[in-house]
Amino acid sequence: MEDYTLLRQFADSWMLLVLFVFFVGIVVWVFRPGASKEYKDTANIPFRHQDKPATSEEARK
Amino acid sequence: MSNYIKLIVLGLVVVFAAIGTNYARDLAYQVHAILVMLIAGGLFIWTLRNTDEPDILADRSGEYMDGVIRYGVIATAFWGVVGFLAGTFIAFQLAFPVLNFEWAQGYLNFGRLRPLHTSAVIFAFGGNALIATSFYVVQRTSAARLWGGNLAWFVFWGYQLFIVLAATGYVLGGTQSKEYAEPEWYVDLWLTVVWVAYLAVYLGTIVRRKEPHIYVANWFYLAFIVTVAMLHLVNNMTVPVSIWGSKSVIVWSGVQDAMIQWWYGHNAVGFFLTAGFLGMMYYFIPKQAERPVFSYKLSIIHFWALIFLYIWAGPHHLHYTALPDWASTLGMVFSIVLWMPSWGGMINGLMTLSGAWDKLRTDPVIRMMVISVGFYGMSTFEGPMMSIRAVNSLSHYTDWTIGHVHSGALGWNGMITFGALYFLVPVLWKRERLYSLQMVSWHFWLATIGIVLYAASMWVTGIMEGLMWREVDANGFLVNSFADTVAAKFPMYVVRALGGVMFVAGALIMCYNLWMTVRKAPAKEASLTVAVPAE
Repeated sequence: MEDYTLLRQFADSWMLLVLFVFFVGIVVWVFRPGASKEYKDTANIPFRHQDKPATSEEARK
Repeated sequence: MSNYIKLIVLGLVVVFAAIGTNYARDLAYQVHAILVMLIAGGLFIWTLRNTDEPDILADRSGEYMDGVIRYGVIATAFWGVVGFLAGTFIAFQLAFPVLNFEWAQGYLNFGRLRPLHTSAVIFAFGGNALIATSFYVVQRTSAARLWGGNLAWFVFWGYQLFIVLAATGYVLGGTQSKEYAEPEWYVDLWLTVVWVAYLAVYLGTIVRRKEPHIYVANWFYLAFIVTVAMLHLVNNMTVPVSIWGSKSVIVWSGVQDAMIQWWYGHNAVGFFLTAGFLGMMYYFIPKQAERPVFSYKLSIIHFWALIFLYIWAGPHHLHYTALPDWASTLGMVFSIVLWMPSWGGMINGLMTLSGAWDKLRTDPVIRMMVISVGFYGMSTFEGPMMSIRAVNSLSHYTDWTIGHVHSGALGWNGMITFGALYFLVPVLWKRERLYSLQMVSWHFWLATIGIVLYAASMWVTGIMEGLMWREVDANGFLVNSFADTVAAKFPMYVVRALGGVMFVAGALIMCYNLWMTVRKAPAKEASLTVAVPAE
């Protein structure tokens, strides 16, 4: 089989499946239990550390 | 020690550029060799004068690196005005061909100035805006100083050199004739070096972050940096004819070359002008509205959906060409599916204002950001529609395309950048507020009406032109010659140029306002005192 046909078949089948499953996985993962609470904190990142970097003690783990 | 290495490298560059000046096979290469020789020579002397001087090693990890961002803000405003002026001038050239002056033929005619305009607005104005804002955002959202010390300065000045080489190259005829990728091989190589440094600074800062989570704006900026690197490398696979000349030959041929060009071209829109600027949206709109983004979950889905889909949309530039039908159908389908993430992102940006809609009345800066997101929604509606094969058969090769590009570039990219500049200047120069909000309002209305004139006139002339081209008489003969369509477009070309004049006027008002903000606006009290301990 020449390269084109081989790559084309791979792209149309397994690679398509991988990308699709990855994407659906992200959507499911975003709505996991407890996500809302975490994202509320994350969404507020722009409102911290406006003037200077965090010191090591302030660093959030 | 590192200074000695620098001196050796700079010295070699000077000698090489001097030899290049002598052996240059074309004018563009010769001028560039002289430029490089002078710059490297100047840097050599400057480095030499600083060698073996005592090191002043101040610990600056306790503050953000804002100097390079201030330079970036100035460069953005400067290149913006240059690019808008060039665009307005070539718009007048199209309306009044006499402006293609006889004495400047081969240098300042439309064909030479058009890539100068597109590169100036996309890469010089947009690129500087992206570099400056990304450096600002990544520091604030990572709570860490930029990684790499002076590497950030190398990125800034290296990028300016790229712009100057590209722009002078176009005027002197050094171009590889690929739309939005015109610079020749040595300019491409230089940009690659600068871009790798940019990626290193950006990633290094993220690695050093003090926040556990990487804020969504950084995801968009990072997608922009990585994807642009990939596109740039693949679309510029060229073999120089001679190391002493600017001409090069691309390794791709025929329809593969066309496909790679538009894979590059459309993803330059998708990742340079969309993903990067969405990074801006996700930081500056929440900051200016003083409330977090409407839905963080939506922003994550927005990100992955956008980057998964955009990369496939390129073939819609090649309907009815040698490209196989399945490929152009694929591009069309993905373009239409792109409606979803684009509008999801638009809704996320707009709804960030929910509960604070009154700010639209009182704050012209947020108004600017909101209309920018509005234009984003409009042009991401128009684009998928134009990618449909049947619509494309009417719109392609007409001015409709140019109108579409400008509602995106002036409306979305321009306005969000203006909003970010209005936010950044008081913060970076530690001013209480902007010099004049009234001037921001003037800028807002001039720019908005300018874009409306531009887009509306291009719709009219584009659709008219498309219909005239396909008009046949009862015997199946074409009714109009090409020159007939050119004559019919004259009034719309004048309206378009006037829209451009209004947009430039707004940008000049902005520059004056920002200048006066630095000069005259009251300084911020708290920040004037230098880090006094709390005790």
